[in-house]
Amino acid sequence: MTHDQPAQPALRVQGIQKSFQDLQVLRGVDLDVEAGSIVALLGSNGAGKTTLVRILSTLLKADAGTATVHGHDVAARPGAVRESISLTGQFAAVDEILTGRENLVLVARLRHLKDPGAVADELLARFSLTEAGGRRAATYSGGMRRRLDIAMSLVGDPPIVFLDEPTNGLDPQARIDVWKGVKKLAESGTTVLLTTQYLDEAEQLADRIAILHEGTIIQDGTLAELEALLPPAQVEYVEKQPTLEDVFLSLVGTSARKES
Amino acid sequence: MTTHALADTRALTGRSLRHISRSPDTIITTAVTPIALMLLFVYVFGGAIDTGSESYVDYLLPGILLITIASGIAYTAYRLFLDLQGGIFERFQSMPIGRSSVLWGHVLTSLVANLTSVAIVIGVALAMGFRTGASVGAWFAVAGILALFTLALTWLAVIAGLSAKTVDGASAFSYPLIFLPFISSAFVPTDTMPGPVAWFAENQPVTSVVNTLRALFDQQPVGQDIWIALAWLVGILVVGYVAALAAYRRRIS
Repeated sequence: MTHDQPAQPALRVQGIQKSFQDLQVLRGVDLDVEAGSIVALLGSNGAGKTTLVRILSTLLKADAGTATVHGHDVAARPGAVRESISLTGQFAAVDEILTGRENLVLVARLRHLKDPGAVADELLARFSLTEAGGRRAATYSGGMRRRLDIAMSLVGDPPIVFLDEPTNGLDPQARIDVWKGVKKLAESGTTVLLTTQYLDEAEQLADRIAILHEGTIIQDGTLAELEALLPPAQVEYVEKQPTLEDVFLSLVGTSARKES
Repeated sequence: MTTHALADTRALTGRSLRHISRSPDTIITTAVTPIALMLLFVYVFGGAIDTGSESYVDYLLPGILLITIASGIAYTAYRLFLDLQGGIFERFQSMPIGRSSVLWGHVLTSLVANLTSVAIVIGVALAMGFRTGASVGAWFAVAGILALFTLALTWLAVIAGLSAKTVDGASAFSYPLIFLPFISSAFVPTDTMPGPVAWFAENQPVTSVVNTLRALFDQQPVGQDIWIALAWLVGILVVGYVAALAAYRRRIS
């Protein structure tokens, strides 16, 4: 393994192209992700977000272009890339027959950590799964399963984490829990690349937002930069209506609110 | 990476062994059909089958053990298929673990599970009057051949698990394997069969394996059969292993 190269961005994607048969999914993607930032890859269904993530996590080979992850070329040094990343795919990748704790211990053993049990217990606590840790993952709710899934990705503190649609199919409360987890992650210096089709999710979480459309990144910037692309908003006075989400969350009596 | 491969294989074997210990029905199911066949053949058809002086259960057991394994390995294809369907396979692929450890974990689990099923079937056979004076060495030889048979067929199951499109497809490949012992010396002596069938029965792998196991149980010399059996099994193992790794590379690239 080579040492960290802080001068380089955590991810550098240059001219990545990928086709499936006749369908050209990525037509030359360029993207830099600074170490320690959260970048949201925003795009509609089928925009190629997952394809890009799969290329960056060595699951798929690009047809053209280069990508370096943590200073390692994904095509030339996939082993070194795998040492530096973790992937949370679109569908929770947990072993349903094992308990939550056993899932974490398994990943810790596969990452060759010293004390897999302690690592598992620490992550269970961090994701509020300590009580459920002894139950089989098959008995978990969607939100718990997703939390376990993300916890499994954090075993061994990989410097770069890919989250592919981390809140897809979750209820609002579970979504907020996941968001909190992602924010905490970035606070500890982890680089996060997440894909989403929810605009509010990108707005909530990301330092920078890259919009993937028809196979290329058409815009890449901070939220303020993206907003500045449109003419300044006209000031209008309207009654502030609570959103359905506000209503739902107050009815189910949660204290966890969207931080505005 | 290779230094980790063994530890990774151990961790992944531990994982799928847990799957089995939590659904022991897979081992029971594997053993039930061969046991039912054994009961049927010994107590219903056996009276009409002339195998010479030997008691029919003694004659039948080697073939029944092979049927047990042939039906048991389908679970390897099934489990591998489920791993591929869920996200867990991709998680493993994106982690720095030995590339083939994922497969070896399933293969070693298959070995443990099938030999357990085989032990259950032998237990029932003993209750039904199966007797052998086989020495410890002969038992080791039996175990070795059954293990080799399991490994060879399991790598075929890996190919099926990696390339199947549906759950049913993943396990359907084992039906011909389960059927193969019927057209061999496992149930009836091959010289009672019509010419072409007898020729097939005498020259297919199951017959040499069955004859070897039978000779070992009967304390007879194994003669040429053991070498033919070993050649078949090692051959299938090598071809299966190479093809499985090729299917694996196709799948992950």
